[in-house]
Amino acid sequence: MSIKENQDIIVEEFSLLDEWMDKYNYLIDLGKTIPLIDPANRKEENLIRGCQSRVWLDASFEQGQIRYKADSDAIITKGIAALLIRVLDDHSPEEILQAELFFIDAIGLREHLSPTRSNGLVSMLKQMKLYALAFKTKEESQ
Amino acid sequence: MSFPVQDIRRDFPLLSQKVHGKDLIYFDNAATTQKPEVVINRMNDLLRVGNSSIHRSVNYLSDQMTRDYEAARDVVKNFIGAENSKEIIFTSGATGSINTIAFSFGEAFVSSGDEIIVSELEHHSNIVPWQMLCERKGASLKVLPMDENGELRLDLLPSLINDKTRLLSVSQVSNSMGTINPVEEIIELAHSYDVPVLVDGAQSVQHSAVDVKKMDCDFFVFSGHKIYGPTGIGVLYGKEKWLDRLPPYQGGGDMIDRVSFEKTTFNELPFKFEAGTTNYIGVIGLAESIKYINNIGFEALKEYEFFLRDYTLEALKSVPGITFYGTAKEKVAIFSFLMNQIHPYDAGLVLDKLGIAIRTGTHCTMPVMEHFGIEGTIRASLCFYNTKEEIDRFVEGLLLVQEMFT
Repeated sequence: MSIKENQDIIVEEFSLLDEWMDKYNYLIDLGKTIPLIDPANRKEENLIRGCQSRVWLDASFEQGQIRYKADSDAIITKGIAALLIRVLDDHSPEEILQAELFFIDAIGLREHLSPTRSNGLVSMLKQMKLYALAFKTKEESQ
Repeated sequence: MSFPVQDIRRDFPLLSQKVHGKDLIYFDNAATTQKPEVVINRMNDLLRVGNSSIHRSVNYLSDQMTRDYEAARDVVKNFIGAENSKEIIFTSGATGSINTIAFSFGEAFVSSGDEIIVSELEHHSNIVPWQMLCERKGASLKVLPMDENGELRLDLLPSLINDKTRLLSVSQVSNSMGTINPVEEIIELAHSYDVPVLVDGAQSVQHSAVDVKKMDCDFFVFSGHKIYGPTGIGVLYGKEKWLDRLPPYQGGGDMIDRVSFEKTTFNELPFKFEAGTTNYIGVIGLAESIKYINNIGFEALKEYEFFLRDYTLEALKSVPGITFYGTAKEKVAIFSFLMNQIHPYDAGLVLDKLGIAIRTGTHCTMPVMEHFGIEGTIRASLCFYNTKEEIDRFVEGLLLVQEMFT
């Protein structure tokens, strides 16, 4: 499934949730499905430090596709991190670099990806794209 | 309790709004306080029909504004009990005031090998300027520790002071835990070693009457926006004998006497420290907020705030799995706590949706968080416009948070 299709599905899922509490409860559940970073990789180099919550992100390159793993100490943050991974995971660096993420706005969680929130998610997204750039550069130089 | 809290709430237009469809509960008063209508109206009037630069022109408006500005200085002087108005300097905030002293006092009196003392429970604004000073001068920073209750270890202070100590800087009230520090005792002890003391009053002036002469501090600082006044304005009080001996912090307009390319001579106190066009409308707004507080009177205000404090403490104790950080005997209505393993950020997000504004995180006191070995807390900070009913709703909110995250 393309990155766009992944986002369409999420938008559809959230359209069934009217109340903020349902959305948060869903994010709490989504957090439990996150491809969890190996405990050994939950280290300083992989830590994205927000002032409010912390996110750990790791990526690997398998058969031309990037695989992400993450974790967060805050549960809502973890749920949104899980969504970001669900959208971008298992795609080529090129696709990830060109991806336009519209789903955050569409599901009404934009405030969670604002730089002033300082929950680590903005930096996480940036880091996901940086991994894509790094893997792309590496691939091209081989 | 006869405190007219409902009348008082009507003075604060912001408080009557709904957030996410719920009546706003504003429990983030240690971060900033809301403004009474008298402050808003006064500043609005000045912007509409009063604006003119102070101390400069012969025109009617400028003259009027200058008078109001200097009258505001007198209001502040009387509010903190300073000896004379020359000792009151307007800055951009408590942080601006501390930076002024860290620079000017540092230039005059601190050199390589000297020492500055701060306490473990300080806001970053009362740590970093001194670190920067120490870096500049090759001096070192000493830290007065606190205990598990968030109370300062006064017994350790004598062992920290020596003939290299140049200044001690301490807050009167901790912003993250609400501890009321025994500043008078600290000052007496420091003075017995001839060490001057700066008291950070950012979290104290809004809760109880301050008398700088009785306290005998050498410098005292606070912010306008934490005492129901505007942002971007602060006060630096200094004993005249100190301020006279300090060089200016910033150069520019208003702080000069004569300027030539060969030599510039500086204006006298307090103007020496007020470079550039000051935030005069903010200053007059601040005076208005102080008058508002004076009208209520600290006796009634304090009694009601202590009632809120005790009520909040009892109410929070009923929340299962709660751990308090900062359990000093003497404290204001600031509560830092965690519930079970729930992340403060998660709690804050849910409380926000319930219309409850609190603060989560480190509260600009990372060393305090480090002391307790935690990443941050939930902080509720109350003041005299808050109510018992709001506290009840807050506790209900916390129980919902627990339900969602455990």
